Amino acid sequence: MTSYIDQFPEEARLVKAAMVSAFLALAVGATFGLLQVLHRTGMVRVLSSADYYTALTAHGVLLALTFTIFFLVALFTWGITTSLDRNLPSMRFAWGWYGTMVVGALMAVVAIFAGFLTEPPTLLGEELSASVLFTFYAPLQAHPLFYLGLAIFVIGTWIAGYDWFRTYWAWKRDNPDERTPLPAFMALTTMLFWWLSSAGVAIAIVVFLLPWSLGIVDSVNPLLTRTLFWFFGHAVVYFWLMPAYMLWYILLPKLSGGKLFSDPLARVVFVLFLLLSTPTGIHHQYMDPGIAEGFKFIVMVNTMFLLLPSLLTAFTVVASMEHGARQRGGTGKLRWLGKLPWRDPVFTGMALSGLLFAAAGFSGMINAGMNINYLVHNTFWIVGHFHLTVGTAVALTFMAGSYWFIPQVTGKPLWNRTAGLVQVLLWFLGMVFMSNAMHRAGLLGVPRRTAEPQYENFAFEGAIGSVGELDAQVVLGGTLLAISTIIFLVTIVMTMLGDRGEVPDNSYAGTLSGPEHSPAILDNLKLWTAIALVLIVLAYSLPLAAIVQRGGLFGPGIDGITRVLPPIDTIGGLVEWVVGR
Amino acid sequence: MDIHTYEKAWLGAALVLIVFFIATVTYGTVGAGVEMIDDSGGTVDPNNLADHERFGDPGVEQVGENEYEVNVIASAFFFRPGSDQRGFDPIRVPANSTVTFYVTSSDVIHGFSIPGTNVNTMVIPGEVAELTVEFDEPETYGLLCNEYCGFDHHNMEGTVEVVPEDQYDGGDGQ
Ligand code: HEM
Ligand SMILES: [Cu+2]
Ligand SMILES: [Cu+2]
Repeated sequence: MTSYIDQFPEEARLVKAAMVSAFLALAVGATFGLLQVLHRTGMVRVLSSADYYTALTAHGVLLALTFTIFFLVALFTWGITTSLDRNLPSMRFAWGWYGTMVVGALMAVVAIFAGFLTEPPTLLGEELSASVLFTFYAPLQAHPLFYLGLAIFVIGTWIAGYDWFRTYWAWKRDNPDERTPLPAFMALTTMLFWWLSSAGVAIAIVVFLLPWSLGIVDSVNPLLTRTLFWFFGHAVVYFWLMPAYMLWYILLPKLSGGKLFSDPLARVVFVLFLLLSTPTGIHHQYMDPGIAEGFKFIVMVNTMFLLLPSLLTAFTVVASMEHGARQRGGTGKLRWLGKLPWRDPVFTGMALSGLLFAAAGFSGMINAGMNINYLVHNTFWIVGHFHLTVGTAVALTFMAGSYWFIPQVTGKPLWNRTAGLVQVLLWFLGMVFMSNAMHRAGLLGVPRRTAEPQYENFAFEGAIGSVGELDAQVVLGGTLLAISTIIFLVTIVMTMLGDRGEVPDNSYAGTLSGPEHSPAILDNLKLWTAIALVLIVLAYSLPLAAIVQRGGLFGPGIDGITRVLPPIDTIGGLVEWVVGR
Repeated sequence: MDIHTYEKAWLGAALVLIVFFIATVTYGTVGAGVEMIDDSGGTVDPNNLADHERFGDPGVEQVGENEYEVNVIASAFFFRPGSDQRGFDPIRVPANSTVTFYVTSSDVIHGFSIPGTNVNTMVIPGEVAELTVEFDEPETYGLLCNEYCGFDHHNMEGTVEVVPEDQYDGGDGQ
């Protein structure tokens, strides 16, 4: 019996540290999630409505960026070392990129949290604050510390990617004739599109927003920085999703008692994501003026084709589970479902995530249609959609996965399986309530990103159900989710405080149809990267050129608006602020 | 490459589905004429809106028999015209009219959304969002900002009144 900590004791410490960082972000982020639910519905308002946006910024940054990406670097480090059966070249270097990420995340978080203070401290001659939400659209302006922190965090991930690649290169030198093992292949292709796409946000920050917030340049082009954000902003959703896919492909079949249906198809899926995840970003800008309809159409076609790898994944994952169930003696058309290990929280959590991800596929298809998008753009529907995707398919898969990984990296058995099982079920239930109600509220026109979606002059009317009923469901769902988060954290802490004992072997699923059945060209990462680059140039060069031509590289004299929070005397300040402009 | 028969069938079905979606949306755009927000509104200097022909004196203007143009400036935290609860005119147009909105921002990015209609666009400083809708029946709609724009974003709202044709008292200066 060998667990990961026996095979790679040094790397296990790093993986554990990165996972704990992810869980800390989850703990704080989920707390804000509950506050938001209570605040929007008007049930309990702990924060002022101005501070709501500071909380929402923290929720977005901590969950969508910090939680997900710390978990990703942990998982990929495990995947690279385990599947190549090889240590990272230097642990000091590895702790270096982890430390870089921690420092960057802390800088951004400090800048955000300072926004809660009535008198934030001053740094570099400016008050600390960053209530700009995780999309930080200019001309809203955050403190330079926020932009700098985000940039440093992203650079940390770039170095981590380099670390995995050089481990792979070293392995390749020793094993020139072997096919790249699947987990390593997945990590490497994901990193490739991450480098390509995060270059966009890095340019937005380093070339435009940071100099602008420091007063070095005095204007930005808001449409340009926004477009650069979304250059990265759609690919980032696949950066969240690929680790979850990796777990579905390599862990879920094993837990079901069988093998992965097809290794070649898994590779095709990851190659498709490498090719298509970036040249689709403009679909977040269907409702933007200043971008021609033709560009939007091209991007929509790319987006629709991006459904393909997810549909293929659905097939492979279900087929692998069925194979596993039949190995365990399952029979019949659907009766085999009963033979799956439903008492195992790792399995059940991932299976439920997959189920909700399928539901998210449907609302995603609505979002993707460029003219149907009118109906849902910036409504609560969108929030319902991405709590199924990143908030469940990704987050719940990570939590369920943790019940397998924490024993691997500590050598300590899971504290309590029942607690884990209750936790994943509660998350599933809570999300069904919350997300369903969010979708429906969105169809009534209820906007997202709003502290008080209750208006003076009008009310949202629904043919099915009232706003009151929808609010109640959102609150019920949010509360179940908060309880689920607490059970998760307790289970992890208790596991880590426990004694060492018997834990499962560190291994992943074999395949029914192995890599030898796929053409070697699939492993040619240089080729796929080159094609991905060409597609990006095709999708983005003309829109970017048009945007720069319209508004100039630095825009028409656009000042930053830093006073996104009210001055202390709210009423007087508001008047002064409005009149003063 | 070795691909299972079921896999091939699934792959084929997936591709058909995708092509079907693209065809549907294309039909919606070309056939049914659901227009997209695009680059046709042009650009403006957000620091000199006062001198602009459209936005110097924003409001409703009749441009054809049943055609109206509505020029709106979005600012933190009101629409001008639109935000009647902040002392500006509401947007008022007659029923059975074709209305083209031209919306721009004097400061940050805003949203311009009339729940219950197709009107939903981003408002970006320097850019003019142009969108056309038909208002057939008299009705009072809410207008709201659906993009976060600062600490009072949730209070950025207004009213769009579609009044019976015989009660309509002309374009501006309502
Ligand atoms: C405890 C569970 C959670 C609750 C109760 C919750 C609740 C909410 C609510 C109510 C909003 C919308 C606020 C608004 O638009 O006004 C929101 C936004 C958001 N949530 Fe969650 N959430 C939870 C977990 C998560 C998780 C696990 C993730 C991702 C891993 C996540 C990612 C996001 C993102 C990215 C936004 C958008 C932020 C923005 O608009 O800037 N949430 N959440
Ligand atoms: Cu997207
Ligand atoms: Cu707003």
